[in-house]
Amino acid sequence: MTAGPDVRRGRTRAPGLARDWGGRIGAVLLVLLVGVALAGPLLAPHSATDTVGIPGLPRGPGAPLGLDFLGRDVLSRVLYGGRSTLLLGGAATVLTYLIGVPAGLVAGYSRTALDPLIMRGVDVVLSFPALLIMLLAVTAFGNGPVVLVGSAALVLFPGVARIVRTATAEVATRAYVEAAMARGERPAAVVRREILPNIVPPLVADLGIRFSWSIILIASVNFLGLGLRPPTADWGLMVSENRSIFATNPLAVLAPAAMLALLIIGVNLVGDAYVRRLGRSRGRP
Amino acid sequence: MLGTQSAPGLPPPAAPETARPETGRHPVAGFLARRLATGIVTLLVASVLIFLATNILPGNAAQVVLGRNATGPAVHKLEAELGLGRPVAVRYLAWLGGMTHGDFGQSAVARAEGRPDAAISATLGSPLADSAILAGLTAILLVPLTLLFGALAGLYARRKTDWLISGPALIASGLPEFVTGSALIYVFFTWLHVLPPVALLSPGQSPLSQPRALVLPILTLLAVAVGAGVRQVRAGMIEVLDQDYVRFARLNGIGEGRVILRYALRNALAPSVQIIAQNLQYLVGGIIVVESVFAYPGIGTYLVNAVAARDVTEVQAAAIILAALYIVINIVADLIVVLLVPRLRTAMS
Repeated sequence: MTAGPDVRRGRTRAPGLARDWGGRIGAVLLVLLVGVALAGPLLAPHSATDTVGIPGLPRGPGAPLGLDFLGRDVLSRVLYGGRSTLLLGGAATVLTYLIGVPAGLVAGYSRTALDPLIMRGVDVVLSFPALLIMLLAVTAFGNGPVVLVGSAALVLFPGVARIVRTATAEVATRAYVEAAMARGERPAAVVRREILPNIVPPLVADLGIRFSWSIILIASVNFLGLGLRPPTADWGLMVSENRSIFATNPLAVLAPAAMLALLIIGVNLVGDAYVRRLGRSRGRP
Repeated sequence: MLGTQSAPGLPPPAAPETARPETGRHPVAGFLARRLATGIVTLLVASVLIFLATNILPGNAAQVVLGRNATGPAVHKLEAELGLGRPVAVRYLAWLGGMTHGDFGQSAVARAEGRPDAAISATLGSPLADSAILAGLTAILLVPLTLLFGALAGLYARRKTDWLISGPALIASGLPEFVTGSALIYVFFTWLHVLPPVALLSPGQSPLSQPRALVLPILTLLAVAVGAGVRQVRAGMIEVLDQDYVRFARLNGIGEGRVILRYALRNALAPSVQIIAQNLQYLVGGIIVVESVFAYPGIGTYLVNAVAARDVTEVQAAAIILAALYIVINIVADLIVVLLVPRLRTAMS
C-alpha cells in the first residue's frame, strides 16, 4: 500500500492502557533479547560447536535445553545464535535505508526523468515475491552473509523509497522550501537542511517494520539451508537442522524459534507504540 | 510473513467519491486492457531479471553443476548439451520461445548425471498441482475467516472479543512461517499426537488422499495471512461504524443486525477486498517456506531443492512460474476490486 495520509486509518484509536502496555512489553522484550544476543556468548557454558553428549538428548542436569542433532549443547548454541540474527538484520536495515532514502529523495525532489525511472524499478522489485528475490540472489551469488544482507535490502528498499518520495514531494511544495530555492541555495543544501529534517518522523516510524522484516527474511533463508553454513549457531538455521530430533528433544527446535519470535514481537510492539505516539498509524508498508 | 509487496497501479481504498459523467467506452474493459498490458511488460522484465540472475554466476551453469573438480571435457560436453556456447541474448530468446509452448528446457543436474528424463516440463506438473491444492484450500478458507474475525474484532472493538482476536492476530501475522509451523508441529504432533509433522507422499500420490497431512501447512499459512487481514478489516469496520449513515440507521430504529449487515459490513468490504487480494498474493511466496517446513512436495520445495543443487535451469522455471502467478493474482485481484467497488472505477481511469 502506498504511504500517505489516506492510509492513516485504524489503530490510532487504541485505548490508552493497551497503548502503554504494548510499548512497555515490547521494550522489555527488546532489551532482553538484544542483551541475550550480544552478551549470550559470554554466558554460554559450552562452545557453540563442541559435541558434549548423545545427539538429541532431552533436557537434564547440565543441559537445561538438552542436546542438538550433533550432540551439542542447545542452551549454548541459543546463546550464541542471536548475534548473527541481530547483526545481519541490523546491517540489512541500515543498507535498506542507505539505498531507499537517496532513491526516494531523488525521485521526489528532482522532477526529472529520474523519478519515473526509479519508481518503475521499485515496481519491478515489488512484482516479485520477497523470498523469490532472496533465492535468486543466492542462486546468482552463492550462500553467505553478504548475499543475505544485500538481497534483504533489495527486497525492502522499495517501501522506504516510496515513503521518502511521497514525504519529499509533499514537503517540497512548502513555502520554506521554495524560499530556500529562491534564495539560490543548491539542491543538495535544500535537501539536507530543509527536506531531510522534515521527513524523519515517517522514516523512524517505518524503522521497526523494516528491522523485523530484515530479521524474518534472513532467518527464513537460513531456515531453508540457503544462507549461513553449518556449524554456525544461528536461530533460523538451528530450527531447521534440529527437525530430525524433534521427537526426542523438541526444545532444540522450540528454543531458537521462541527467541526469534520474542525478538520480532518485541521489535513490532516498540515500532507500533512509536507509530501510535506519532499519532499517525500506517497500513502495512 | 506477509510480503512488503503491494498492488501497484491500484488507488488507495479510501478514494474520494467524485461524481463523474460516464464515458461511452466500458470502463472495466479499458481498465482490464491496461492492466493486462502492464502485466505482460512486468512479466517480460521479470523474465529478463530471472535469466540474468541465473546467468551471472562465476563460471557457467555447467561448471557450477559439475563442481569445481570437474574436468574440461565433461564441462564442455554439458555446455554443448545445455547450449551454453551461444550468446546470452540468443539463449534468453530460446528460453522465452520454448516457454510459449510449455518447454522449460533441460534440467542441468539431470543432464550432468546423464539421466534421459531431463525435460523440466515433465517434472513440474506434480509439484504445481500439489501447490495448487495447498494454496487453493488455504485461499478458500482465508476469505471468510478474515472477514469473520475482522468484523467481530471491529464490532467489539476494545472489548474482550477484540483482544482475543487481535492479540493472536498481531503475533501470528508478524512471525516467520517456520516459527509458527514448528510451534504447530509441537502442539499437534509431539503433544497431542493427532496430526503428522510432515507430508509423506509417495511420488505421484495426491495430497488429497492424505487430508490430515494438509491440515498443519494450511493452518500455518492461514495464521499469517488471516492475522494480517484481521487487523485491516477490523480498522475498516471501526471506521465505517463511526460514519453518519450508520448512526442515522441506528437512530431510525433499524435493528442492529440489519445495520451491521446492510450498512456497515457492506461498506467495510471495499478496502477488505483489496487486503484479502494482497494476502492471496502472499500465498505465492508463503508456500516456499511452508512447504519446506512440512516437506510438502510442491513448487516451493522444488525451487528450494533446485537452488540448493544449483540447478539453474530448474530455478529459472520455478521462478518464472511463481513470478507469473504473482502478477496474475495481482491483476485478477485488481479486477475483482473494480467490479465489486464501483466508486473505484472513476479513480481508475
